[in-house]
Amino acid sequence: MELETMTALELAAKIKQRQIHVVDGVKAVFDQIESKEGTVHAYLDLYKKEAYARAKEVEKGIADGTYTGSLAGVPIAIKDNICIKGKKTTCASRILENFVPQYNAEVIDRLEKAGMIIIGKTNMDEFAMGSTTETSAYGVTRNPWNTEHVPGGSSGGSCAAVAAGETFMALGSDTGGSIRQPSSFCGVTGIKPTYGTVSRYGLVAYASSLDQIGPVGKNVADCAALLEVIAGHDPKDSTSLDRQDLDFSKSLEDKKLLGMKFGVPKEFLAKGLEPEVRDSFMNVLKTLTEQGAIVEFFSVETMEYMIPAYYIIASAEASSNLERFDGVKYGYRAAEYEGLHDMYKKTRTEAFGEEVKRRIMLGSFVLSSGYYDAYYLKALRTKALIKKEFDQAFEKYDVILAPAAPYTAPKIGESLKDPLAMYLGDIYTVAVNLCGLPGITVPCGMDKAGMPIGIQMIGDCFAEKKILRAAAAYEAVRGAFPTPEKGGKKA
Amino acid sequence: MKQYETVIGLEVHVELATKTKIFCGCSTEFGGAPNTHTCPVCTGMPGSLPVLNRKVVEFALKAGIAANCQINQYCKFDRKNYFYPDNPQNYQISQLYLPICHDGWVEIETSAGNKKVRIHEMHMEEDAGKLIHDEWEDCSLVDYNRSGVPLIEIVSEPDMRSSEEVIAYLEKLRCMMQYLGVSDCKLQEGSMRADVNLSVREVGSESFGTRTEMKNLNSFKAIARAIEGERERQIELIEEGRTVIQETRRWDDNKESSHAMRSKEDAKDYRYFPDPDLPPIHISDEWIQQIRESQPELREEKQLRYQSEYELSAYDAGILTESRHLSLLFEEVAKLCGNPKKAANWFMGEVLRLTKDKGLDVEKVSFAPKHLSDLISMVEKKEVSAQNAKKVFEKVFEEDIEPVVYIEEHGLKIVEDTGLLNDTLQKIMDENPGPLEELLGGKEKVFGFFVGKMMRELKGKASPDAVREALVKEVERRKNL
Amino acid sequence: MAKIIDDETIENVCILAKLSLNEEAKEKAKEDMQKMLDYVEKLDELDTKGVEPLSHIFGDQNVFREDVVTNGDNKEAMLANAPKAKEGQYQVPKTIG
Repeated sequence: MELETMTALELAAKIKQRQIHVVDGVKAVFDQIESKEGTVHAYLDLYKKEAYARAKEVEKGIADGTYTGSLAGVPIAIKDNICIKGKKTTCASRILENFVPQYNAEVIDRLEKAGMIIIGKTNMDEFAMGSTTETSAYGVTRNPWNTEHVPGGSSGGSCAAVAAGETFMALGSDTGGSIRQPSSFCGVTGIKPTYGTVSRYGLVAYASSLDQIGPVGKNVADCAALLEVIAGHDPKDSTSLDRQDLDFSKSLEDKKLLGMKFGVPKEFLAKGLEPEVRDSFMNVLKTLTEQGAIVEFFSVETMEYMIPAYYIIASAEASSNLERFDGVKYGYRAAEYEGLHDMYKKTRTEAFGEEVKRRIMLGSFVLSSGYYDAYYLKALRTKALIKKEFDQAFEKYDVILAPAAPYTAPKIGESLKDPLAMYLGDIYTVAVNLCGLPGITVPCGMDKAGMPIGIQMIGDCFAEKKILRAAAAYEAVRGAFPTPEKGGKKA
Repeated sequence: MKQYETVIGLEVHVELATKTKIFCGCSTEFGGAPNTHTCPVCTGMPGSLPVLNRKVVEFALKAGIAANCQINQYCKFDRKNYFYPDNPQNYQISQLYLPICHDGWVEIETSAGNKKVRIHEMHMEEDAGKLIHDEWEDCSLVDYNRSGVPLIEIVSEPDMRSSEEVIAYLEKLRCMMQYLGVSDCKLQEGSMRADVNLSVREVGSESFGTRTEMKNLNSFKAIARAIEGERERQIELIEEGRTVIQETRRWDDNKESSHAMRSKEDAKDYRYFPDPDLPPIHISDEWIQQIRESQPELREEKQLRYQSEYELSAYDAGILTESRHLSLLFEEVAKLCGNPKKAANWFMGEVLRLTKDKGLDVEKVSFAPKHLSDLISMVEKKEVSAQNAKKVFEKVFEEDIEPVVYIEEHGLKIVEDTGLLNDTLQKIMDENPGPLEELLGGKEKVFGFFVGKMMRELKGKASPDAVREALVKEVERRKNL
Repeated sequence: MAKIIDDETIENVCILAKLSLNEEAKEKAKEDMQKMLDYVEKLDELDTKGVEPLSHIFGDQNVFREDVVTNGDNKEAMLANAPKAKEGQYQVPKTIG
């Protein structure tokens, strides 16, 4: 068995049993990076030297009982909007091209305590704004399944790295689908946890009320184990919840689908959904039914309003969150300017990309005097109605099923021409963020061109265990999902 | 010329006396070296998040309850968005839509009698950093030590009509905050700041004129001058048939004039929206009750108590309660010596006199209450002369010496034994044979001469009565020889 | 009908957001924002009368810190990323002219 094809849990188990050295896992990852990174470009920064040094330390720590967790010794990649002390954190933006945080994000501390090995920072859409990883200021990431295609976004680097075997697992962040959609495009598994389950401290904010960090991995069990490591109350984040039900891996022991109730919003299967994705989705419904699950269709009347509400709220918060990037305290400052306001304007205009500027402008507008009620408050009221509809659905169903995206990974260069069309692609993912729900994407098929398709399982708030159980059970019936052919298709 | 009335409303910012900032664990201490009290949160680092200091809510509630406000038991923080380098996130976390307190009032005393000034609202917010202008390099430097220090902003209704009322209102607020222990309210250090909203209208008019907002007012005197200046400026505009523009003006107290703070880059559109990083605050009935019960005695109550319990005059009670700090010191002394009236006399006399003579801030007066109480007891027991007691108190006031020990060591204690008295008397009589002869001869005038000599020689160690008695006895004895 | 985004709107938004766009970028921004606002106008169909705006998904519990100093002197770390600093302070163009 080749090391890089192992799951993270398999690797950790072998390390624990002393069949493999920690350094071997790290080496496997860097070998894979060596061969694939040239075409995939999943990473913005790599910590090769530190990773090898850390591997030795962790090996000792496992031996002496310092690290006892199920993922000790496993290499992990971090999305570049998560702060690591002393490491460049750019959010794939020029405005943070030289920013080196002096503090760790809470999740980084947790990974370190778990004995995991951070191998580098992954590419993303600039400030997580985008669905393709093409808005990165540092080049596009290519989909390992076919390098002419995007990996999705915004956590495209993290998902591509896992798919290409360039890491065993990764952290992403999900504000409107940024973990679930690229997971679908890259044929990997990713979770967006219930809002407040994972601390946002040290995650550079895009839209604070929607952002959550989550795991990306090769299968459900890996993601559950990683979520267990990063979840937990953090007093540094006021929106962090004190949950007691974080033993996610345990929930996978019972993989029965019998009697589980799945709801499918019928509006999700109407116009806009590509036939191949639809077929794949319907196949999953069939599989679930065959396993004794109850699958029902129901109506979500707020569907059309999800994207408008999401983009108003996300842009509004983004416009405020990104005000701090002004050339005063950190990051880029324009070389020449006349006076304070000119410095602000030149700095921000030169160093923010088009998509970021577009959202900042929209967000500033919807909050501005005279429009606040009509746009922003209206969106918050709409959010309340969407939430109400999901609350009602979860009175009937354990899990709601949805496609992760209306289509498979588009080709590079196709999406940014029409921003609105790109936004519409988030139709199946944004409600989860608006309502604070947990959601998981699991690969479920392939289109004719050989690009992966994922299915999304959505749970009620705090119902991670239900979706994990359902996802793991489905995964077991589905069987092993293929990995991209070596090196991917050359662009 | 027409008669004009000035209409004034105030926005008062009060820095709360918490140990730490509103959203992070940095110290609020004033005067540290630049940026030594900063962290990722109060410098707006990417990924940092605010966590609310419970004490800030408590202090805001205390202030609101004392000012007879209604409490919003469900309140939120909003972001106020504007770019300025003293504001590291380029938004200030404040409260707009649901401020913690609203619709209260305070009563002020003016020469024309008492008056209620209504409080529109009180809200919690974070202070900005400090900008220092570097003339050498033609740039500004930012210090974020003050960034994130908790403030409450107290917004009054436009109920004031003169600078006298404004000053009375500010003094009232300052006294209230100091009594509550929520702020030291030092205008010089900026822990209390006032923005003045002012308009003028013809006497008898029902509607308000256009108002301006004046900033940068660092002392009560500056506020009074700024009000006069702005009133005159507005009246002049109106008289000339021009209009007052609604704008923010910056007062320059040196030039005694103001100028508009206008810029096309100031859009004045703050795009307030609820801060997603901070969950709403729920203030339970129990919490409010708990605060009500723990409210300290405020000045008005104290004044009444001093009159009934200590039998002080209204005037004395007023003076003694001007500063809560001084009133607490006074109460301690009164309790220890068991004589509130005598203690009050000492405070009204010596304590305030020395404070004034030495140009000291009354809040800085500090000595052990026991020391003054001991001194008062010694005077009562005639163990030290009133004259000496005052001198000793000066030492207590300045160095907080132990008066009992000091009096003993400096031989200022009144001697009870007649031995020293008699010895001294014999010595003085021997040294002054002439006057002695006159005294024995019945010249009453020289009696005073001998008393004086004795007092000087004994340096207050004996009371004048004792000296007189001893002198009479000795004269009798000698006459009978 | 949705708000018409004209030059003035874009200029005002640029003042708020501290951006300066050239003519071409301004035209593009106008077009993009117009398209987006026309699209989100859909929300008008939805009857939200009497619906409370939902700002925080969870928020039924107070979250506080105790008033205890936990941070020491972090000056060096906080200034480490400053594009321009002088005497332990962040240096910016003069703020009052």
